[in-house]
Amino acid sequence: MQIKFEINGEMVEIDVAPRISLADCLRDTLGLTGTHLGCEHGVCGACTVLVDGQAVRACLMLAVETDGQSIVTIEGLSNDDALTPLQASFRKHHALQCGFCTPGMITTAHALLSNEPHADADRVREVLSGNICRCTGYIPIVEAVLSAREHYADKNGSK
Amino acid sequence: MTLRNLLIGSPIERVEDLRLVRGRGRFVADINFEDQLHAVILRSPIAHGRIRAVDPTDALAMPGVCAVITARDLGAEVPLIPLRLQPLPELQPFRQPMLAYDKVRFVGEPLAVIVAESPQLAEDALEGVRVDIEALPAVIGRDAAEAGDTVLFEAHGSNRAIRWTAVRGDADAAFRRADYTRRETFRVQRHAALFMEPRGFVARWDDETEKLTVWGAAKVAFANRRILAAAMGLSEEQIEMIEVDVGGGFGSRGEFYPEDFLIPFAACLLRCPVKWIEDRREHLSTANHARETECDVEIAATSDGRILGLRGRAWTDNGAYLRTNGSVAPRNVAQFMSGPYDIENIHLTTDHLTTNKTPTGTYRGPGRFEGDFVRERLIDLMAKDLGIDRVEIRRRNLVPEAKMPFPLATITPFESATELDSGDNHALLERCLTDFGWDQKSELNGKLIDGRYHGIAVGCFIEGGGAGPSENARIVLETDGSFSVHIGSAAVGQGIETIMAQIAGDALQVPMNRIRVAHGSTNDVTEGFGSYHSRSTVMGGSAIVLAAEKLKHSIREAAAMVLRCGAEEVNWDGDRVGGPGDMTVTLADLCTEPIEAEATYRNSEFTYAYGSLAAHVAVDVETGEVEVVEVASIKDVGRMINPLTLKGQAVGSIVQGLGGALLEHLIYDEDGQLLTGTLADYMVPGADCFPNIRATVVELKPSPLNPLGAKGGGEGEIIPIGGVIANAVAAALADYSIEPFDLPLTPPRLWALIGEVQRVL
Repeated sequence: MQIKFEINGEMVEIDVAPRISLADCLRDTLGLTGTHLGCEHGVCGACTVLVDGQAVRACLMLAVETDGQSIVTIEGLSNDDALTPLQASFRKHHALQCGFCTPGMITTAHALLSNEPHADADRVREVLSGNICRCTGYIPIVEAVLSAREHYADKNGSK
Repeated sequence: MTLRNLLIGSPIERVEDLRLVRGRGRFVADINFEDQLHAVILRSPIAHGRIRAVDPTDALAMPGVCAVITARDLGAEVPLIPLRLQPLPELQPFRQPMLAYDKVRFVGEPLAVIVAESPQLAEDALEGVRVDIEALPAVIGRDAAEAGDTVLFEAHGSNRAIRWTAVRGDADAAFRRADYTRRETFRVQRHAALFMEPRGFVARWDDETEKLTVWGAAKVAFANRRILAAAMGLSEEQIEMIEVDVGGGFGSRGEFYPEDFLIPFAACLLRCPVKWIEDRREHLSTANHARETECDVEIAATSDGRILGLRGRAWTDNGAYLRTNGSVAPRNVAQFMSGPYDIENIHLTTDHLTTNKTPTGTYRGPGRFEGDFVRERLIDLMAKDLGIDRVEIRRRNLVPEAKMPFPLATITPFESATELDSGDNHALLERCLTDFGWDQKSELNGKLIDGRYHGIAVGCFIEGGGAGPSENARIVLETDGSFSVHIGSAAVGQGIETIMAQIAGDALQVPMNRIRVAHGSTNDVTEGFGSYHSRSTVMGGSAIVLAAEKLKHSIREAAAMVLRCGAEEVNWDGDRVGGPGDMTVTLADLCTEPIEAEATYRNSEFTYAYGSLAAHVAVDVETGEVEVVEVASIKDVGRMINPLTLKGQAVGSIVQGLGGALLEHLIYDEDGQLLTGTLADYMVPGADCFPNIRATVVELKPSPLNPLGAKGGGEGEIIPIGGVIANAVAAALADYSIEPFDLPLTPPRLWALIGEVQRVL
């Protein structure tokens, strides 16, 4: 099927089989391998991307469903020259070890802070509870997200 | 030798993070070739049965299918996965074939490999392979395994693979003279490492060079190259194993599994790159499980609470086969049950049982989590029985510093004696109590507050690290004046690019930005032993220190030629070298071609980090739910390379342990079907589960065994968690006289225990 969507700010038009998930499409068709697949049944959250600003599990959505929508992946939340404040905060707080869950954590946290820049620790934990991390024990991830809040409050959600 | 201590000990932000936080890591699933094919594994749906047919005819006719590989395609003898650790003759009958050929012995065992043009087409073709298996009764649980009415390996005739025996002193004599004894049965449930990145491989055979390249190696790339070469009939030089970013290991990832052979085999057969990425269901039913242990153990003590002896038996359910390291945990249960306590008389055995479940292997703190659960529970029970304070009874029994080095029980067969290298257990216990606020919290103990019963507990542990025999490091001074450090240690997400650069930077007296750490390939160094048993920093780091000394010597000699002076007269500040006169040369100018040095660090003694951990829980007797109000731990690693990453290991280890104590359970039904085969059924800790964890790591007693003074520290805090949480729950429910003997302490289990007491009351 022919679909057209916006990916990280660029319009793309691709031909994709109906059964291909958004995650497989991003990774295999578009080469955006920052979106990781940890469970493929919607539990681990590693594949979280933003679809029209909402955090979505790319393994549970078919690529064809995103026709006409706007998708942002970890690549779209990253710059070449420097880390974003949220990424720098993850690094500073040692909020990642193996780094496999990290893109999903960052996209989820970005969606949260973009909408709720004053989210408290309980709210951050609640929202991140849909993303599994096996390395860190979550404590530094929550710290990293909390300390990045000021940048979202200041800049109204800009990256 | 002295190291200028600038980088070592600093909480340096990790080099790895720059790519990982931007989604620019390169994991094995991210490796692709234009002409690659995709493999899926057809797995047994039956736990125990005789294979009558695996017929691929229909699958071969399906669209995009290139090949279906069954056991008969692997040659006259199907290769077996060898034992990497403790390769005893009596364990050989239990090895797993790369593909099942006569019998299947667990649900998920590989029967065939389907290779197709896309992963979707390969998965479609799974239904096209006709599998005919005559089901046999499944052996599930210790009773069935010991009864032996059905055996997994008819030629062996028994489901018991081996009995390990740990001995120190004379346990029976100690029990005869003891004032006090208590004997209980404990069970630790089957659970698993569950690293987040599924396993996977991309393998490519090059016809021109006759070389095989395998992406997706982890943990023990050199050992796996040796195994793969033997199974494929290739020389080791023909194989390069490449380790890209690795999404967690915890002992399980990187061991040799059937796919480690099957995917390279398919690539060689089809002369095409072949890719396979595990899905989560496959992971839960085929990657190593761990921990399932039952113990019947007795403690003996004097009336004033001095432990005289431990004796008893353990049974480990090791699943269908003995893979590379399946005997480590059963052995450790017996050898390390005494932990950091001064127990002179020990006689403990472990029977290693085979059942129709997924094979087991090491998981962070293998055998130690299980053994510590038993010991810490027995100590609290003993304290209660004797009317002695739980902290005081630990003070009376911890190994005092004056007795270091302190020998532990010796294990047989594959005899191994080991001793605690150094440490002050008492100092860390006291510090833990202070940090935790033990005295204040003691007032809550056993109290009903806001509808929940509160309880606290503390336990002490040791962590073995720095396993030998050796590790290699090769350092190259490149022509641009930078240094490349090549090591045989493996990255499994613990940040070794950063840690090794810190060690190399101090050893070479140069800033970290001049150092590049390469650890990704079996071509980097001549031999490597990888990352397990908390050994990378100790072994790889020490090898770097030695290689740096050799390299500095070579650089001085090269400089002496240019500066026309003696090598011993050459000074350098990491950037420029100078002689006795004014003349100086930059390293880049000095080095017209790369100068390199390789060194091997050898050590056969283990390091022992040690510490204490305290927990505060609140139990809702209406639901059986346990809230972990707080955990505080402290551990001495002798010398910290990077406090930031080490503390990260400690906190992560605690939360993993809480998962094992309270949530995680791989449950089988009587037919051998795994009932918790998805992440919706297998519960792991989430961000909202355990918010209050405080881990402290200190440098109190450096290890006398290596030039860094470091002790392996990647596992420790997980080890005492099961015992401490169960003791805290028992303390909370003292009014109910509930003593948990089985993990995990899930709400239904605890609720049932509370219900039994209430019925009696």
